[in-house]
Amino acid sequence: MTKMAFMNAINQALDQAMEKDDKVFLMGEDILGGAGVKHLEEKNEDAWGGCFGVTKGLGPKYGKKRVIDTPLSEQSYMGAAVGAAVTGLRPVPELMFSDFIGVSFDSLLTQGSKMRYMFGGKAKLPLTVRTTVGAGASAAAQHSGAYYGIFASIPGIKVVVPSSPYDAKGLLLSSIEEDNIVVFCEDKTLYGVKGEVPEEYYTIPLGKAAVKREGKDLSIVTIGKMVSVALDVADKLSDQGVDVEVIDLRTVAPWDEETVIDSVKKTGRLIVIDEAQPHNNTATDIAATVTDKAFDYLDGPIKRVTAPNTPVPFATNLEQAYIPSADRVIEEAAEIIDDLKNSK
Amino acid sequence: MKKLTSAKAKEVFEKMSDIRNFENTLHDIFAKGEIPGFVHLYAGEEAVAVGVCSHLTDDDYITSTHRGHGHCIAKGCDLKGMMAEIYGKETGLCKGKGGSMHIADLDKGMLGANGIVGSGFPLAIGAGLRNQYLETKDVAVCFFGDGAANEGNFHESINMAAIWNLPVVFINENNTFAESTPQHYSSASKTIAERTAAYNIPGEKVDGKDFMAVYEAAGKAIERARKGEGPSLIECHTYREYGHFEGDEQTYKYDSDEENAFHERDDVKEFRDYAIKKKLFTEKVAKKIEEKSLQDVKDAVEFAKESPAPQPEALYTDVFAD
Repeated sequence: MTKMAFMNAINQALDQAMEKDDKVFLMGEDILGGAGVKHLEEKNEDAWGGCFGVTKGLGPKYGKKRVIDTPLSEQSYMGAAVGAAVTGLRPVPELMFSDFIGVSFDSLLTQGSKMRYMFGGKAKLPLTVRTTVGAGASAAAQHSGAYYGIFASIPGIKVVVPSSPYDAKGLLLSSIEEDNIVVFCEDKTLYGVKGEVPEEYYTIPLGKAAVKREGKDLSIVTIGKMVSVALDVADKLSDQGVDVEVIDLRTVAPWDEETVIDSVKKTGRLIVIDEAQPHNNTATDIAATVTDKAFDYLDGPIKRVTAPNTPVPFATNLEQAYIPSADRVIEEAAEIIDDLKNSK
Repeated sequence: MKKLTSAKAKEVFEKMSDIRNFENTLHDIFAKGEIPGFVHLYAGEEAVAVGVCSHLTDDDYITSTHRGHGHCIAKGCDLKGMMAEIYGKETGLCKGKGGSMHIADLDKGMLGANGIVGSGFPLAIGAGLRNQYLETKDVAVCFFGDGAANEGNFHESINMAAIWNLPVVFINENNTFAESTPQHYSSASKTIAERTAAYNIPGEKVDGKDFMAVYEAAGKAIERARKGEGPSLIECHTYREYGHFEGDEQTYKYDSDEENAFHERDDVKEFRDYAIKKKLFTEKVAKKIEEKSLQDVKDAVEFAKESPAPQPEALYTDVFAD
């Protein structure tokens, strides 16, 4: 184990995936940086290694053939990644911000995600799209979206949202091994977070949630950077005698119904925390599914704590208010928590 | 480039006849209400698909359009499998789950007809990138209409093909109309070929009703791509026999004498006459090919009709690879 930042864990996963399979290649905007600049090429150096530096060093190591700087053509390079995947390569394109999916969506929405089905099962799409999500970086409304729910609503796409450096590496390696389209959502505010990461190659299965903390009174289901908020809530409620179970979904599509429902059967109470907007999103889907399949086990309403139904604001105080916090969760879920305390 | 041999000419005439008969038959069947959904017929444009695909092998890739039957046949897809697909049957090339607008046969290098205009461009870039990455001599051909030339993907993809020197050939089928909107209205450039100047690749406009013109231009462009000399574009001016889709009343057609004269031309007949005149095959051989083609299409319809619908479980399968 080495203590490593989230972004370095991703870098290491990409490195190991490329070493293992020479059909794995990266493409995206500035992922090398400075492609075609003579003085950099002479020294075999990259300029940026991605907008956040996540792919730094991979260009010099694997060359321009496998770390391809694209023009600012999100629509076509994403389509090219689909074309390369369906013809046998294993591309890992980077979409700098998930917000840019608006200019790039067709390749995933109507092409890649549907090819296997439309072609009667003959196509394989070994394609992992890495992208960034999340508010909290003062990046304002067009660079802060948590759009994993949009991808997750499309059949034929798997969606991963890791919460720790350990998960980021293992889940990314699993994603790249998949013969399916995976959208791998990296919360940009987690990039500097450090954690223990094994040096060797390892995978974490997609579609399997992690129980981060066991508890018997209340289940909290969440994803990505909201996992630390949920753990904070658990600590705070523990002081008040409420025993909270925290489930990190890890994968938003498909999400692990079994683990969530088993937990609700045990606790009878559920809070879902999601940084995305409140409607037609992951939290809504979880709440609806649990209502469908485990209604009889519920001792009260399911509480969803999400961002408000607004774009992401710029001003720091507004942005902080936008992102669900432990205090907000406790405040918004007061009814459930009080009820729980009273029933004890 | 290799001269058109007698054997190749027969093959060409077989394919052109198959496309024409397949589409004429679909026209009749659709009118009778035997097939569901939309069909966009390729009749009238045979010289383009066959002129280009005659230079390709199963290892070369093509991307296609909503008007894709012609590309499928020219690339060697099975007529029975295609017809069964259009009928939505289990024996279809895509098990009945794709239909007319999504027929694909990856074993033949056919990356699918495509219901989204302009979405084939980047798929061809990806296939070209793959060919270059694996250091093959294979090429990727992107068929696209005059309407697709006004999509953003046209510009993004041609630019990428050019900067990366990819083995991709862009074949524009300018059939005069994007749905019901004429090209002279929707394009600021007079031709689509001239736009390639901006991307520093060769672009040429040819008579798309003239098989030999397409065949020769495509041969040069494909050979160039195979040799690693990069992408190019050919604009093939053509005209469709039928409407945008079946049921289209086509009130937008016949705006000028020039257009009427162009519409009168029959690319299949022109090639037939040319080949006989050049002694590539005889009238007798031509008739034989025509008869066999009619029979093959008839057999395909029978096969499709007799084939079972997909099993109900098929609704749920093939979303993900295991």
